Amino acid sequence: MSIHATHIARPVTVSRVMLKVLAALLPGIAVSAYCFGPGVLLQLLLATVTALGAEAAVLRLRQRPVTPALADLSAVVTAWLLALSMPPLGAWWMIVLATLFAIVLGKQVYGGLGHNPFNPAMVGFAVMIVSFPAQMAAWGTPLTTLDAAAQLQWIVTHTLPAGSNLDAISSATPLDVLKTGLLQGGQTAGQLLQQPRFGHWGNAGGEWVALAWALGGLWLWQQKLIPWRTPLAMLAGVLAVSLPLWLWQPAHYASPLFHLLNGATLLAAGFIVTDPVSGSTTPLGRLIFGFLVGVLMVVIRVFGGFPDAVAFAVLIMNMAVPFIDQTTQPRVFGRKGGRHA
Amino acid sequence: MSRLYDFHGGIHPPQHKDAATGSPIQALPLPPLLHIALAQSVGNAARPTVAVGQHVRKGETLAEPDGRLSAAVHAPTSGTITAIGPHPFAHPSGLPVDTLTLQPDGLDEWQPRQPLDWQQADGTALRKHLQAMGVVGLGGAAFPTHLKLAAGQLATLVVNGAECEPFISCDDLLMRERATSIVDGIRIAAHALQAGEVLIGIEDNKPQAIAAMQAACAGTAYRVVSIPTKYPSGGAKQLIRILTGIEVPHGTRATDLGVQCLNVGTLYAIARAVLHGEPLLSRIVTVTGAVTRAANYEVAIGTPLAWLLQQAGISDPGTDVIMGGPMMGITLPDLAAGLPKAGNCLIAKSAALFPPRPAEQACIRCGDCASACPAELQPMDLFWFAKSRQFGKAQERHLFDCIECGACSYVCPSQIPLVDYYRFAKSEIWTAERDKKNATLARQRHEFRQFRIERDKSEKAARIAARAAEQAAKLATQAATPVAASTAAASGMDDAKKAAIAAALARAAAQKEAKPLSEQHTSGLDDAKQAAIQAAMARAAARKAAAEAAKAGDAANPDRAATATPAQTGMDDAKRAAIEAAMARAAARKAAAQSAQADNTAAANPDSAATATTSQTGIDDAKRAAIEAAMARAAARKAAAAEAKKDAAP
Repeated sequence: MSIHATHIARPVTVSRVMLKVLAALLPGIAVSAYCFGPGVLLQLLLATVTALGAEAAVLRLRQRPVTPALADLSAVVTAWLLALSMPPLGAWWMIVLATLFAIVLGKQVYGGLGHNPFNPAMVGFAVMIVSFPAQMAAWGTPLTTLDAAAQLQWIVTHTLPAGSNLDAISSATPLDVLKTGLLQGGQTAGQLLQQPRFGHWGNAGGEWVALAWALGGLWLWQQKLIPWRTPLAMLAGVLAVSLPLWLWQPAHYASPLFHLLNGATLLAAGFIVTDPVSGSTTPLGRLIFGFLVGVLMVVIRVFGGFPDAVAFAVLIMNMAVPFIDQTTQPRVFGRKGGRHA
Repeated sequence: MSRLYDFHGGIHPPQHKDAATGSPIQALPLPPLLHIALAQSVGNAARPTVAVGQHVRKGETLAEPDGRLSAAVHAPTSGTITAIGPHPFAHPSGLPVDTLTLQPDGLDEWQPRQPLDWQQADGTALRKHLQAMGVVGLGGAAFPTHLKLAAGQLATLVVNGAECEPFISCDDLLMRERATSIVDGIRIAAHALQAGEVLIGIEDNKPQAIAAMQAACAGTAYRVVSIPTKYPSGGAKQLIRILTGIEVPHGTRATDLGVQCLNVGTLYAIARAVLHGEPLLSRIVTVTGAVTRAANYEVAIGTPLAWLLQQAGISDPGTDVIMGGPMMGITLPDLAAGLPKAGNCLIAKSAALFPPRPAEQACIRCGDCASACPAELQPMDLFWFAKSRQFGKAQERHLFDCIECGACSYVCPSQIPLVDYYRFAKSEIWTAERDKKNATLARQRHEFRQFRIERDKSEKAARIAARAAEQAAKLATQAATPVAASTAAASGMDDAKKAAIAAALARAAAQKEAKPLSEQHTSGLDDAKQAAIQAAMARAAARKAAAEAAKAGDAANPDRAATATPAQTGMDDAKRAAIEAAMARAAARKAAAQSAQADNTAAANPDSAATATTSQTGIDDAKRAAIEAAMARAAARKAAAAEAKKDAAP
């Protein structure tokens, strides 16, 4: 025991922080399960088991204590974020592979919790979308008629019960449909968005899930577990690119609302750009980091080769974090210029 | 009326002050023994002026200040000094310090007290009085108070009644019960500092203290300011910021910015010392935590802490006890220690109040520490640098601006004792700086030694060469045969030239060595003495080199030495030496030619020619020069003999 240490501490632990993050994901999970079926729950389960198993195995190899690391729940948070970013009806091996990449190559090779320069979940996601673009773009059909048993059978065995067809359970994501549609030409964005797949505001079912993510994020902010700067800056970045484009050529570019409610935008705002380990920590740095993630995300979505771009935007900005942090050191008490050479 | 400023960060830990504020300040009987440490303040320990066995009266000086940064120590009661020597001390190191042990006689008999007429006394007299009365800062830092009253024409005197740490309430009770005396102290301090305004900052969790102080300040221009409760608002820099908006940077004195901050307990001590002539003999101590009679006690300095805790009803004498608050206090290594002047609070730790901290986890860079840091640092980065021993980077990020308030440690969800890491980094840096300073000193000493050895060597060589040349020249002039003389002169002159070159080389080397030494001095040694030594060294080297050159020049041309010396002493120049050597050579050649003309048989003499050749191609060696001179001498003799024989033969 240190004689001189601070003798009291706030009763907060990393495990509790992580537990609250998991709790904040529950509304989104519920809405997702309602809209896209219980497949997402199996994905969560597969991801959790894989993450804990992989974490334990690597820790054993590194000869580090296993239980405290598993108990901090950070691996579970990574697993859940990954499972919620992946297609709900993706095959079982996809989520398992993604989680292995996330935990082993995204986190543990760097030294485990607190040492990873990249967001582990996004590492896993990026590997999958680069390697299996077609499977990653096939999302569940919202409010599918397929029952739970059939969904689970599909995920595990990749077969369907007699009488069901694949179209009933899987369709391209709105982002993908819009991108493909615009590339093929002939239809304006407005016309494309009339399709039922786009729902009220651009993403049938998904828009409700996105709003549930936003709800969770707001609760985390209210609990003082995430700062306001990064998420708000990210949303500002999304608007900064999508709004001028949309105002300029509404026929070619989707509205800011479409970008907000599609893909992983709001999940990222509440849960991914706010990952403290791989994000910026200075007040100004958080604004820059968040804003540029939003900008990059829309730029890659609109002009890049992949329909969704949260993972790439986050990973690129993760690389910039040391530089951002170093150049945005806040002013120190009593000193005129907080920045240092 | 006045605007309040906020400081960044801060925390709101549970207060736990109520346990001790329910009752008024409690008096205590005298303990059986008092252990009064000589080191009661920042700076030098006081020097004892009493002997073992001596009887002292209450208020008598037991030890006098040792230098400016030191304060006197007094007998808290009358009695007998029973021991002077090492005794446990309330310090985290647990190392015993020199302590006076006083056995009270129970009479509590005062020595005559001498108040100070502070309105008539000048600042120096007041400061001297306070130092003699042993008044030090009672907020916890124990900085000698007389030094804090040295400034004049102060814009603002900030009075610290914030008492922001949990559990502590000694200032609260003092303000509630003795506000008038505190205000007397303010009057004296404000007078000494010629303070423009006086702002008394008290956290709004002490409404009774605020009311009492307001009542006591009625009719004065002093303003009692209720400030929001937030730790660490009682830090001097934080309180100054709250009340005046001024930020005192690290390494800057508040007085340079026109502000001074004094604690209410200190001001009370000033009032007692000045108005009543009472030295600082006791203080108010909060005793709380796992004790049955938690309260504020008026305790004599030197009271054994174990005894004090017993009086307060400590449930388990084996309990760990914190001195100070739970944020910045220390766990006492030994309760046998006497109460120091800085001891404001004792907290007996109970498991309920101080649950063991969960195991340390990895930092997740959540930034809660940065949000809590009143110095506006980035504690997670400092932690990273400290842990990876990148102390330079930690310093770049202003590690030394950390006031060790512990707010970061308190909020850390990974339960990292961050302040411990900063203390570790600071002490490592201090150690490294001390080592570096010592190493620089050692290197300088070594280099000076090398320089001295080289200098002595080259001086010796030059001396030998010069002597040899002189001898050769003398011999040459004395030689009977012109041939021999010319030969000897030629060889002697050559050696002289070599000596001159050697001297010039030695001088250049000396200069080269002297230069880095002076450069080291400019590259950042903070030692004036060192610089003086080096300057003297350089000067000596230059002088020596000049003398050498002059000497070499003289040696090179013994004939012209008389005329050359005065002109050349100032011009220590290698070129000059070379020119002179060439001139000497030419003169020698001329002499040789003349002698050859005078006697052509000598020119044919193979022995002398061989000797001359040898001497011209020879190496610059003093010994060699001597040998050659001897050989020349022998040749001259031989030639003379041959001549005589030749003359005799026909």
